[in-house]
Amino acid sequence: MDLVVVVILQVVASVASLALISVGLAVIFGMMRVINLAHGEFIMLGGYAVIYATRWGVNLWVAMLIVAPLFVGVIGIVVERAVIRFLYGRMIDTMLATWGLSLLLIGAATMIFGNTTTGVSAPLGGISIGQYQTSLYELVLAVIVALVLVGLMVILKRTKAGLIARATMQNPSMAASLGISTSTVYSVTFGAGAALSGMAGALIAPLSGVLPTMGISYVAKAFITVISGGAAIISGTLSASALLGSLNTLATFAATPVIGEVVLLLTAIVLLRILPQGITGKYFRRAL
Amino acid sequence: MDTKLDRRRLLKATAAVAGAAAATGPWFIRDLHAADAIKVAGIHDASGGLDLLGRPMIDVLTLAVEEANAGGGLLGKQIELINYDAQSNIQYYTQYATQAATKDKVAVVHAGITSASREAIRPVLRRFNTLYFYNTLYEGGVCDRNCFCTGSTPAQTVEKLIPFAMKKFNGKKIYTLAADYNYGQITSKWVKKYTQDEGGTIVATDFFPLDVTDFGPTIKKIQAAKPDIVMSVLVGGSHISFYRQWAAAGMKKEIPMASTTFGLGNEHVVVSPEEGNGILASYAYFDEVATPANKEFLARYHKRFGAKAAPLTEVAAMTYHGFALWSAAVKKAGTTDRMKVIAALESGLSFDGPAGKTTLDPATHHDILDVYIGEVENKKFKLLKSFSQQKPADTAAVCDLVKNPNDNQQYIIDVKV
Repeated sequence: MDLVVVVILQVVASVASLALISVGLAVIFGMMRVINLAHGEFIMLGGYAVIYATRWGVNLWVAMLIVAPLFVGVIGIVVERAVIRFLYGRMIDTMLATWGLSLLLIGAATMIFGNTTTGVSAPLGGISIGQYQTSLYELVLAVIVALVLVGLMVILKRTKAGLIARATMQNPSMAASLGISTSTVYSVTFGAGAALSGMAGALIAPLSGVLPTMGISYVAKAFITVISGGAAIISGTLSASALLGSLNTLATFAATPVIGEVVLLLTAIVLLRILPQGITGKYFRRAL
Repeated sequence: MDTKLDRRRLLKATAAVAGAAAATGPWFIRDLHAADAIKVAGIHDASGGLDLLGRPMIDVLTLAVEEANAGGGLLGKQIELINYDAQSNIQYYTQYATQAATKDKVAVVHAGITSASREAIRPVLRRFNTLYFYNTLYEGGVCDRNCFCTGSTPAQTVEKLIPFAMKKFNGKKIYTLAADYNYGQITSKWVKKYTQDEGGTIVATDFFPLDVTDFGPTIKKIQAAKPDIVMSVLVGGSHISFYRQWAAAGMKKEIPMASTTFGLGNEHVVVSPEEGNGILASYAYFDEVATPANKEFLARYHKRFGAKAAPLTEVAAMTYHGFALWSAAVKKAGTTDRMKVIAALESGLSFDGPAGKTTLDPATHHDILDVYIGEVENKKFKLLKSFSQQKPADTAAVCDLVKNPNDNQQYIIDVKV
């Protein structure tokens, strides 16, 4: 019985971590149709932001939830102004440019921070569930991810800024002719997506450690999740992470971690064969 | 006086300075710096996920060469060290090994960290008749007259570590976590063998690709299996997250841990004391070894690379020993000719250094060496026990280069489990 609870908690934690690493990418892809191959490096920069902020005496939670998103968000806006905005509508070119950016950021991080794993210890310690121990931090992480997704939903649905963003996403030329500065909207959206990626890196840092090349471990999974989810940002990310994360975890429990990864990738392949537009291309079509 | 500095004047001045530099100094130094130097290549990972192992190896090899040169070089010639950074990428290993053998025409190559990288370059260097030293601890079984393995193997370390851990932690059930490539696969078999030899059981063995960072499900699986001891054969930077997640789940005080790899890449310095304390490990060298030879060696190392240079582990110490053994053989042979140096290395050559006395075993080309068991305590190892002059019994069971000098393979030692 305890085992069932623990497995469920682990599934929740895995789904949450998948949603966390994907949501920043989903915002940028879903709103702007830009495939950001430097997504993993935004995660990495978020991790370093936390490491350095805590070294300078900033509270760990402040560093993870405020400093890192702000820092990476600003970098995202700079990147959008300097590179991405010249390439809207040219998907292949944006992929190339962001891939180059990814290599540049890895190289720069290696030069500045050194190519070694650094990290901070996870806060909060463990909790007992019957005779099992689990990390309280992982569960808090799941709660934070839920709050982030709800927050994103509220912003997009209930605020004027969200309305403008959605309008721009649906029909940029109509939005522009109604007097909305689409260029500003894109810039802010890209910054917001980067900030979410930065926060993801920050929240992962205590669990995995931080390394200039750490983004590579996450970028593929984030892409698979976003593409499987389809165009809708929140429901897409959520449904795809729920499906892939739980299958991955259950297969890992039943067999080995390698089989777990295989099951995740196979599911994604089969899914895209049946639903080429992703889950939200067929279901929850009107959702966000 | 005209102080303007134009390009022509700058060129002239530079040429004059360079000429002066070349003209000063004794004649023999100039001669030695010419094409006459003995070339030695090092191929290690100075970047990428394995850099935490590679950089100390490169530093120590550099130190060893500089010391040899300061002492007059080898056979009256200076040694020129060429360091290649393989960037944790197997492809670069083969590329640089080929380059070192064919373009640089080096006398010896000290290279390789993972067993995968060793097996990539070992055939290359054999084909190009270039002597090869592999200075990392590994799973054992390499049998190649062109290759010398100076690191420890499971019969020297794991065989000691498992009974020690089972006794210290008073447990019989072991759960093994291993890196998913030849080192982890084979070492986990040794873990199983030695556990069963001691009357224990392996409850499960899980393998992880080198880039896995999420160990959450595994930690729950371990708890469900309820082992007495966790044995870690994990490798590299990504796998460090296991130790963090293990501690974050509050498991540190529940199940004790031993490892064949923890601390080798200074993992014990990277993680916090709460995450690392109490983990047992066994190597042929710890920088805490309190012999005068080791203290002097560490003093020289820190003088050269700064007080904050990374603590040294077996891979670095054996790189030093490997180079020393090679240069002793060159002196003995009186030449850098490959076959003559191999013959000298096979004459039961020893080197007394920071890791104690290491002797090359002619039949296996592996080291007979001292082995220690240590426990992590506040980012350092506390040495608990030492074992003098351990033989590479695992490789010796399958490999005899005295009888079969043309043997050339890595035996996957058939561990009876």
